This record gives sequence, structure tokens and C-alpha cells, in this order.
Amino acid sequence: MNELIFFFNKVIISGMVLGSIYALGAIGITLIFGILRFAHFAHGDMMTMGAFITFILVAIATSLGLSGPLPMGFMVLPIAMVIAAFFALGIDKGFYAPLRARGAKPVTLLIASIGVTLMIQGLIRLFFGTKTRTFFADEPKVIYRIDIPFFDATRPISITEPQILMILVTLVAVLALHFFLTKSKFGKAMRAMADNADLAQVSGINTKLVIKVTWVIAGALACMAGTMLALDVTLKPDLAFNIVLPIFAAAIVGGLGHAYGAIAGGFLVGFAETMAVFNWAVLLRPFKENLPLWLPNDLSLVPTEYKLTVAFVILVIVLLIRPTGIFKGAST
Amino acid sequence: MSSAIKRAVFLYFALFILIIGVGVVMEVPFTVRLCVEAAAYSLIALGLNIQWGYGGLFNFGIMGFIMIGGFAVAFTSMPINMEFWNSDGPLMLLKVIIAAIIGAMLIIGANKLPMIGIKGKLHKIMQILAWFIAYIIFRTQIDPAADYIEKTSTYVGGLGLPVIIGWAFGGILAAGVAYIIGKICLGLRTDYLAIATIGVSEIIRALIKNMDWLTKGTLTVSPVPWPVPNPQAFQAMGVGIDASFIVARASFLAVVLVVLLGALFLIQRAYSGPWGRMMRSIRDNHIAAASMGKNVKSRQLEIFIFGSVLIGIGGAILTSFAQIFDPGGYQPINHTFIIWVMVIVGGAGNNFGAVFGGIFIYIIWILSEPVSQALFINISAFSEGFGFSAIPEIESRALQMRVFVLGLVITIALRFAPKGLIPEVMHQQKDEVKNE
Repeated sequence: MNELIFFFNKVIISGMVLGSIYALGAIGITLIFGILRFAHFAHGDMMTMGAFITFILVAIATSLGLSGPLPMGFMVLPIAMVIAAFFALGIDKGFYAPLRARGAKPVTLLIASIGVTLMIQGLIRLFFGTKTRTFFADEPKVIYRIDIPFFDATRPISITEPQILMILVTLVAVLALHFFLTKSKFGKAMRAMADNADLAQVSGINTKLVIKVTWVIAGALACMAGTMLALDVTLKPDLAFNIVLPIFAAAIVGGLGHAYGAIAGGFLVGFAETMAVFNWAVLLRPFKENLPLWLPNDLSLVPTEYKLTVAFVILVIVLLIRPTGIFKGAST
Repeated sequence: MSSAIKRAVFLYFALFILIIGVGVVMEVPFTVRLCVEAAAYSLIALGLNIQWGYGGLFNFGIMGFIMIGGFAVAFTSMPINMEFWNSDGPLMLLKVIIAAIIGAMLIIGANKLPMIGIKGKLHKIMQILAWFIAYIIFRTQIDPAADYIEKTSTYVGGLGLPVIIGWAFGGILAAGVAYIIGKICLGLRTDYLAIATIGVSEIIRALIKNMDWLTKGTLTVSPVPWPVPNPQAFQAMGVGIDASFIVARASFLAVVLVVLLGALFLIQRAYSGPWGRMMRSIRDNHIAAASMGKNVKSRQLEIFIFGSVLIGIGGAILTSFAQIFDPGGYQPINHTFIIWVMVIVGGAGNNFGAVFGGIFIYIIWILSEPVSQALFINISAFSEGFGFSAIPEIESRALQMRVFVLGLVITIALRFAPKGLIPEVMHQQKDEVKNE
């Protein structure tokens, strides 16, 4: 039974947390692709930027002596998301909108997004240095240990407070997005524009406003995802740069331009990563006497150093077998 | 002389003045080092220019190819490690190769199953199964071999061959990897290809970083030899320290320039010939090109491989010049995105533009550190005069300005000179278009 709990801790909980982060990032990428038709490479750094905004707010709140029932990072998250949304709007106005006005191809916007990546990363490093920080310098990271009273298990299920909150917050965000997309006027306009931009425009939809709303949502969700990632591990300037690949994999697996697909893709990639690096030999331990001797002690599918390859392999397989993603994505 | 050529000549002249200026302000050995690295980066930029400028292929995996070139030159030119050859290591590696061949045969066999009537879903399942079994067979051999080699002889060592062969091997190895990647990825559309190549380069980095038995991993391989006598050799001959650096680096620069100019000449020839026209037609409208009977897919593969060869050679030159192969030192910003900035700013589709961009952006990249350091020190002194505290950690902050400046340069270029400083020249029939 201990082995199963170990599996639960290592795979189910980590997978949920990782999947939530990937899903939130992938939604932003997929929405931007759906509306503006380009792969927004700066999304990872927008996540990092969001995490740093939250970090500053936490520092301000702590210095003011504020405290609350939840970790400070979650308390200030809504404010940070608003600020991040404004930043996203500013980035669009400053860098992407002029190119769009010139009628530049999506490829040019993609290259511009790399310029934005570099600038955000440069500024973050300039102001915060390259050192690693943590949100839990002043407050403890509460860990819940849930003992299982039956099946003579001695090992508890352990989950940290931020992890529980992350999963809940993601759930709320996804539900809110769902109702926004299906019930509100803007949400419907967004879906119409993702489907056919020209048709949406001649039907009287204010496409400029829809683009702004898209950036607000993408920026806010990126801030949320970045903060969560920083809460789960640590905060550093290249925090999200390394997870651009899994996030894009998630968005593509779900079908670019498809918001629900991005959520599914995020969790798929998250679970696939944790399952691939999990040592499956642990689960076989109770049957040790009945197993052949040649079976090695390490049955993980890929060594931990190669975790990144998992997202890529999934990406390639999906692109080769079903190029439009699991759900049918928007095409360029 | 057309205005485009005048513009290019003027820009190159300005670049020359800039380099002389750097030489006057900074030290001369530093400037020569800058020139060598800038020339190597231009070679890499030429490689990307072939892929993106001629072929319209979105390669965001340049870092991976640079690493392959670096590994290749370290592997071929490092001295032979007798400890490894005297141990059981070679035998175990032979077993690994046999396992790899068996695995490959399994996969090929599974691919050929439709010939004996196994089709559809069953075929796909068999294929996945074959890959899985091949992977397990390979892992059972490679894991103990890697462990054994790392324990007995740290790593396999080099081949002790001349450095120039190492550079060539860098190109060949990069070509081989490009062939495999191209076969898998080149069918993808732009955005997808960009993601896929980023993924590939990250995988290459993970492999080279963690295959300690082959590459020594983060322990780094050094000293990688030079193709010409290095400064230490000149010092042993009694040349002064400063002079030895200048002479040695200048002779290295001469070798690199020969490679660069040779590549430029060959590419320029190919570009203005029928081959270049065909490539541009594929880039601009691959459907029309296909309907004219061009084999788009294999042509794109060809161009992807050609570009990668130059990138691999450039990576090999960089590693042998630095005299150290450090897999931990490769970053997407320093080795992928900077090359893109070079090509975009210089002018995609124009070889002279790519070379210009390579040298110019590399100088900006290197100089933005001391310049911003000076700037910060001044601002700091200025704000202190008003009673503010000084800027802390100026040195480490100035280093980070490079990334910001790079981003700024490319966004400005896209906004105001989207075709680059030396734009692509379209040769058209004079009697049809008179505005040339």
C-alpha cells in the first residue's frame, strides 16, 4: 500500500500541479494563436514577469505587515493578474500592433515575439539579478500529511498548501473561462473571430476590442501560471523559459486555437512527464519474491535529466499522426 | 554601380571603421578575439541564411547544431585516451552498437510489415511495439557501458586528429543529424517547425550534457587544440605576452576568414545559379514550384542539411577557439536567438547581409556590456549626487543588458527595416521591370 501512496504522491499530485501550470500557459498561447495566428514565443517570459510582479506585491504586502489565512502569493494574485494584463496590452500596443497595422506576415510577428522575449528577460535580469528566490522566505510552506487509516499504510499522502490552492485556482479559472467563452458576448465574439476573422469583422464584431480582450486574458493567465510555478518550485529569471516547449506541446496536442484542447493537452503533457520519469519498479516491490532476478531496480521510462524530451516526443507523435491536435485546431 | 551595392559597400566600410575604433578604445588582443568569434558567428549566420533566407525554413534549433559541431571538434582533436582503449570499454560500446543495429532492424522490419499483409491499426501497434522493444534493448546495453566507462576512464577521449579535420567532422555530423531531423520535421508548417526544432535542440543539449561517457558532460573537455600555434606556443618561442596573443589570434583569424570567404563564394555562386532561383521559388510559393515539377520536400531537406553543415563548422570553430567544450555554457539566447537577430538585421536572403549582420550584432552583443557598465557607473554617480543610493552590483547587471539590447535591436529592425540593412536583391528581367 505504501507503494501506491508513493505513486499517488509522485505521479498524481505532481502531475496535477504540473498539468495545471501547463494548461494555464497553453490557454494563453492557444487563444493568441486563434485570434492573431502566430505562435507567441514570449509567453514563457510573460509568465516569469507575472511571477515577479506577484513577488514585488508580496514584498510590499509583507513590509506593510499584512497577513492572511492563505500564503501571501495567492492573496495578491488577483492584483498581480490585473497588472500583468496591462503589461500584456502594453506589449501588444508597443510591439505587435504596429507590425499588424503594416500588414506583416504572422512569421514576422513570431520573430518579434522573440525580440519581446529577450527584452523581458533582459529587464528581469537587470532589475532582479540572476539569483534564485523563494516566496516562502518569511512564511512557512504548510505541508498536509493525510494518513491512510486502512490497508496498514505507514506512509502518508503529502501535499503542500500551495499545491492544493493551485489545483483549486486552476479549476476556478478554467470554469470562469468556459462560461466567458460560451455565455458572454465577448467570448462568443472571440470564438467567432478564431473561426473566421474576416467573417467576424463583416458581421460587426469589433475585432480590435476582441484582440485587446485576448491579451488581457492571456496576460492574466500567464501571470497566474508563472506565480504558481514560482510557488511550487523557486523564482528565477529563466523560470518559464524552459517550459515554453511543454506549453507549446500542450497547446499543439490539444489543437492550436482550441481552448479546451489546451487544457486537456496541458494535463496530458503534465501527467506524461511525471509518469515517464517515475520509477515503476517501486510498484512491483510487494511482489519482489515472484519476480525474475534480471529485472533492473530502475524501471523509469526515461532518466529524470531527459524529462524535457517527453513533451517533445508527444508533440512529434501528435503532429505526425494527427496534425490538427486531439481536438480539431484552427489552421493557418 | 547600383544603389544596393553602394549601400552594402558603405555599411561594410562603416563596420571596418567600427572595428578599428574598438581596437583603439579597447585592447588589441581583445579586438582580434572579437573578430575571430564574430567571423565564426557570421559563418553560422550564413548557415541560417541558407535555411531561412533561401528556403524559408524556420530553424530554431541552431544551438543544437552548434553544440554538435563543438562536440565533433572536441572528439576528433583531443588526444587519445589510452585508459579507455585498454579497458573493456570498446567491447561494451561494440555491444551497444550491435544493440542499436538490432533495434534499427526491428523498427525497419515493423515499417515493412504491410508487405506481408499486416495493415492498418495492427501495423501501427506493431510499429510502436518495435520502437519500444528497440528502446529497451538499447537501454540494457548503453546503461552499464556508460557506467563502466565513467568509472574506469572518465570518458572515451578523442581521436587525436588534426583540428581542421575536426571542423570538417563538425559539418558532417551536423549534416547527419540534420538529415534525421529534416526527415521527421520538415513536413511541418512554420510555427510547428519552430517548436519542433527548439525541442530538438533542447534534446541535443540534454543528451550532450548528460552523456558523460562520451562528452565528459559538465566536467568540460579542455584544452581543445588550435589549428595554428596557440599563444602559449608563441610565448615558448620567446614572444612577449601581448604580442603572442595578437599573433596567434590573428593567424587563427586568417584561417577562419579563409573558411568564411570560401563558404561565401560557393554559396553566392549557388545562389545566383539555377539552384538558388529554384530555392527562392520554393520559398515564395512552394505549391507553384511543386506544380512545375520541383521536388519540394527533398529540396528543403537538401537546404536544411547545407545550412546545418555551415552551422556545425561554425560551432566547431567557436569551440576550438575557446579551447574548451563546455556543454553547460550553451544557452538558446546566446546561440539560437542571437543568430536570428543577425540574419534579420543583416538582411535575410542576402549573403553579404548575413555576414554583415553576424559581425555587427556580435560586436553590439559584446560591447553592450562595457558600454552599459560605463553608463550605469555614470548614472549611479549622478543619482548619488542627488542623495539616492548607488546602483548595486553594477558589473553583473551590465552583463544582463546584452540580452535586453539584443531584443531591442531586433524589434527596432522589424519595425523600421523589416528587410534588413542589406536587403535581398531580386534580379529581374530588365525589359520587363524597369524600376530596378
